[in-house]
Amino acid sequence: MGFTQVHDYVAGKLDWLAAGGPIEGTGAAQPRAGGVARADVPTCALDERLGEVRERVKAAGWDACVVVNGERVVLGLLRAGELDGDPGSRIEQAMRPGPSTFRPHVPIAELAHFLVDHDVPNAPITTSDGRLVGLLLRDDALHAAHQAHQAEGEEP
Amino acid sequence: MPREIDREGVRRLVDQGAQLVEILPPDEYREEHLPGAINLPLRQLEERASEVLDRHRAVVVYCWDSA
Repeated sequence: MGFTQVHDYVAGKLDWLAAGGPIEGTGAAQPRAGGVARADVPTCALDERLGEVRERVKAAGWDACVVVNGERVVLGLLRAGELDGDPGSRIEQAMRPGPSTFRPHVPIAELAHFLVDHDVPNAPITTSDGRLVGLLLRDDALHAAHQAHQAEGEEP
Repeated sequence: MPREIDREGVRRLVDQGAQLVEILPPDEYREEHLPGAINLPLRQLEERASEVLDRHRAVVVYCWDSA
């Protein structure tokens, strides 16, 4: 074709979306998990004590905490049940390891259905390399999905 | 032979003025595409590249994934 500088982004659009990269197009405006997830969710490390983390989480007005490493890669999750455990235990022992995570580009309506169908109160949203974007709360997902339906003129 | 690049490579090249080309079908492109990308479906790429793209600027092509 006569072009000498041609590059192939092999990982493609899926990689870009999964990393939360900006997009254009007719679907760009639809609410997605990354835009609805709460970025201010408390986080903690594996070697912290549950009692200290619980105090910090409650002081911040939350009932959940995401366990991350130094690069914000998600390692586990503490929901209300886990936070009520033995305060002297290490987070590594108390946490719910390897929680199901979702990518930022997933449409919010899809995730709202999942969270309701599986009775999941919240879920970490991560980039394709596992770094925390935020915690998606089921109520937030339902609210955003409902608003999107109303905006499209569909039945809620 | 195109050189393979990653996401950071895409950002770097676009900042330097590279042309982004999505080779997926038009309806997929319309739904969502990388900012600034143009659509040249794979079947039309060879035929229309010279007409649509500037051969003096770098070109970055992408599809849905590596499959």
